[in-house]
Amino acid sequence: MIIEIGHFALILALCVALCQATIPLIGVARGNYGAMLVGTTGALGQFLLVAVAMAALMHAYVTSDFSVINVIENSHTDKPLLYKITGVWGNHEGSMLLWVFMLALCGAAVASFSNNLPPALRALVLSVQGMIAVGFLSFILLTSNPFLRTATPPANGQGLNPVLQDPGLAFHPPFLYLGYVGFSVSFAFAVAALIEGRVDAAWARWVRPWALASWCALTVGIALGSWWAYYTLGWGGWWFWDPVENASLMPWLAGTALIHSSIVVEKRNALKSWTILLAIITFSLSLVGTFLVRSGVLSSVHAFAVDPARGMFILLLLMVAIGGSLLLFALRAPALQPGGVFAPISREGALVLNNLLLATAAATVFLGTLYPLFLDVMGGDKLTVGAPFFNKTFGPLMVPVLIAMVVGPMLAWKRGDLAAVMQRLWLAFAGALAAAVLAYILAGGSHVLALLGLGLAGWTGTGVLVEWADRVQLFRTGLGNSWRRALGMPRAAHGMTLAHFGLAITVAGISATAFDIELIDTVKIGGTLPLGQYQITLEKVEQQQGPNYIADNATIVVREGGTVIATMHPQRRFFTLQQQTTSQTAIRTGIGADLYVALGDPADATTWTVRAFWKPLVSWIWFGALVMAFGGLVSLSDRRWRVGVAQKFRRAPVAATAGE
Amino acid sequence: MRKLLFLLPVLAFLALATWFALALRPDHDPRELPSALLDKPAPDFVLPSLAGGEPVSLASLHGQVVVLNFFASWCVPCRVEHPILMRLAAQEKLPLVGVAYKDKVEDSRRILTQLGDPYRAIAVDAEGRLGIDFGVYGVPETYVIDKSGRIRKRFVGPLAPDVVERELLPLLRELNRS
Repeated sequence: MIIEIGHFALILALCVALCQATIPLIGVARGNYGAMLVGTTGALGQFLLVAVAMAALMHAYVTSDFSVINVIENSHTDKPLLYKITGVWGNHEGSMLLWVFMLALCGAAVASFSNNLPPALRALVLSVQGMIAVGFLSFILLTSNPFLRTATPPANGQGLNPVLQDPGLAFHPPFLYLGYVGFSVSFAFAVAALIEGRVDAAWARWVRPWALASWCALTVGIALGSWWAYYTLGWGGWWFWDPVENASLMPWLAGTALIHSSIVVEKRNALKSWTILLAIITFSLSLVGTFLVRSGVLSSVHAFAVDPARGMFILLLLMVAIGGSLLLFALRAPALQPGGVFAPISREGALVLNNLLLATAAATVFLGTLYPLFLDVMGGDKLTVGAPFFNKTFGPLMVPVLIAMVVGPMLAWKRGDLAAVMQRLWLAFAGALAAAVLAYILAGGSHVLALLGLGLAGWTGTGVLVEWADRVQLFRTGLGNSWRRALGMPRAAHGMTLAHFGLAITVAGISATAFDIELIDTVKIGGTLPLGQYQITLEKVEQQQGPNYIADNATIVVREGGTVIATMHPQRRFFTLQQQTTSQTAIRTGIGADLYVALGDPADATTWTVRAFWKPLVSWIWFGALVMAFGGLVSLSDRRWRVGVAQKFRRAPVAATAGE
Repeated sequence: MRKLLFLLPVLAFLALATWFALALRPDHDPRELPSALLDKPAPDFVLPSLAGGEPVSLASLHGQVVVLNFFASWCVPCRVEHPILMRLAAQEKLPLVGVAYKDKVEDSRRILTQLGDPYRAIAVDAEGRLGIDFGVYGVPETYVIDKSGRIRKRFVGPLAPDVVERELLPLLRELNRS
């Protein structure tokens, strides 16, 4: 019964989305305010209905209702409760439902928080959101329905892929999807602006918080996924340049460019058509990513069940959404009034450079990801494009990004003085040198590129702090004065400093991976292996019974010069239902370095394969990403975005006594 | 001119979409791994026989269609494939030649005693040299060699029943006719 309610709710959501997509458009065309308002009600109603559908499917999973095919295929009564819940989106159908749920959530958020928008613009934005919802709801209902029943329910289900039975599944996909789908809002704003034929500072101020919020979610989602891969897969890597990972990186790069170029639109009324194009491309890349992952045209470790019919359906959606919006762009964007002019050396110039580099980086990842597909379709060789390509192309592109990132914010708008800025940045040069020299002393000169990377991280980190100190006039005026200046600064400025500093942390972490020490060897119980300055002793391996697996639990003692510094318990879990083994690594995380131990296969009864790593600064990669996302949140809390507040003040000047 | 520039994104996208549509053809499988040796002479080999006695060589198989199957006792997917091989050897008289890949002789013998022996002859490739010559990714892997000694098809991983019906058996019928 509950399943049918969910199913009907989803069908109703499609009907509501149809209304939401069409009626506000008619309202805008005829100037009918009531029809425009259907967008708002529709978005809220759609969210409610999709939430009911989501809850219904979740209920089926939690109660192990094996009359539902999707539950049979992906669940089992022995599965711990957490994975019964997260298993809802651990498969194609359920994850599409999560996708649509996030879309409805964004629509409802736009409907609730944009009372300050001009009614026509809001109606257009919600109508575009409705169109996207129509596409994906019909995709779910026609090709990937999670609510289908079977007349002959089996006694138990087939269980969830053991690799997915990890708390990571609870957080990684929701954040990632929120990021992907969140960009639909900036896409909708872009399409609405093209229809209206007007892009101005106010438009940029409305669209930027949405882009920023999606960017934060996507940053967290990607970082969580990378961290998950690091601790769960047992080979110590954290990024594999797998097509699906690239599919998430491309919208991130384009989205990063978008949040930067929209600053130029807001402050200087320039780069308008470029920003519109970026908003379209960012969401388009999310859609293309969805296509690549779910159509099976590329082989990837993340692949879902492959079905060409689904691929064809998504391709049609792409044609309508991307093709349509780009066509609209081609027709309407030339009419947009070009804005303010600026010299190449200026804040705008730096932001343009940032955009060019990020767009090139996204294009590079795009080419590398799709090249095997292109070649294959042409009837050429089978090949995969892997880390060597991306490291050689993507890496060098990030060097000027980091250099310019420090210089750009210190340049004045319109026309900047590069020489003067460079003089103020002497401390950043010193920071770069110090970082590189320190790394050389600690690790030697065997990895020149890594030293260079750490030097860049040092440059970026110090440079960002110098810029911030400059603004609050640290040490040039009293500390109290600086404090007051810092409080007086817009939150967005602090947010930028935080986010840029976070990137410096991540870059340091990535660069330091060159200094990893790795060890793979077999060891008898009681035997010891050397790992750098540590000695690793395999004390014992015991069998343990888990809820739905049997584990070989190793006890590994790590010593440094005779003193015990850690006792670690890596596991090998054998999931009896799926006949599949997973690795549960043991990681001792430190600020300086991680110790990472994974238990491999037994060679015989008393000999085990052990894989161990010493990874300097590796946790900085994800910590930096969190700092970036936190910077984004701080920027989001800037009162400038809460234009609604300002407008309420304007409308009711009497009430505006408190000078916020 | 400026207007044409604005048309560029949508044109680029249309080209991309066409490519995607081509990639969605039902016969396109990104996971398929054709052999680099396809339609080329199979690497020659003379290897000791698992049963003892005369060594197994490619030359001795010349003039007949051969299905060469790399297997090992330590390989779990080989156990999945094994019942299918047994059925094919019995019902379809599949000309199966086994290669015991990177395996101890006694282990290979033990597993065949336990599960049954579908092979007409078994070569022992203890070092995995022949595997390198053929470009084996991992066991099990199966090669179809025609009467003139050329590799005509490669199957990576365990043979699935539908693949056998759809691809392997028709190919064998065709090769035997010619």
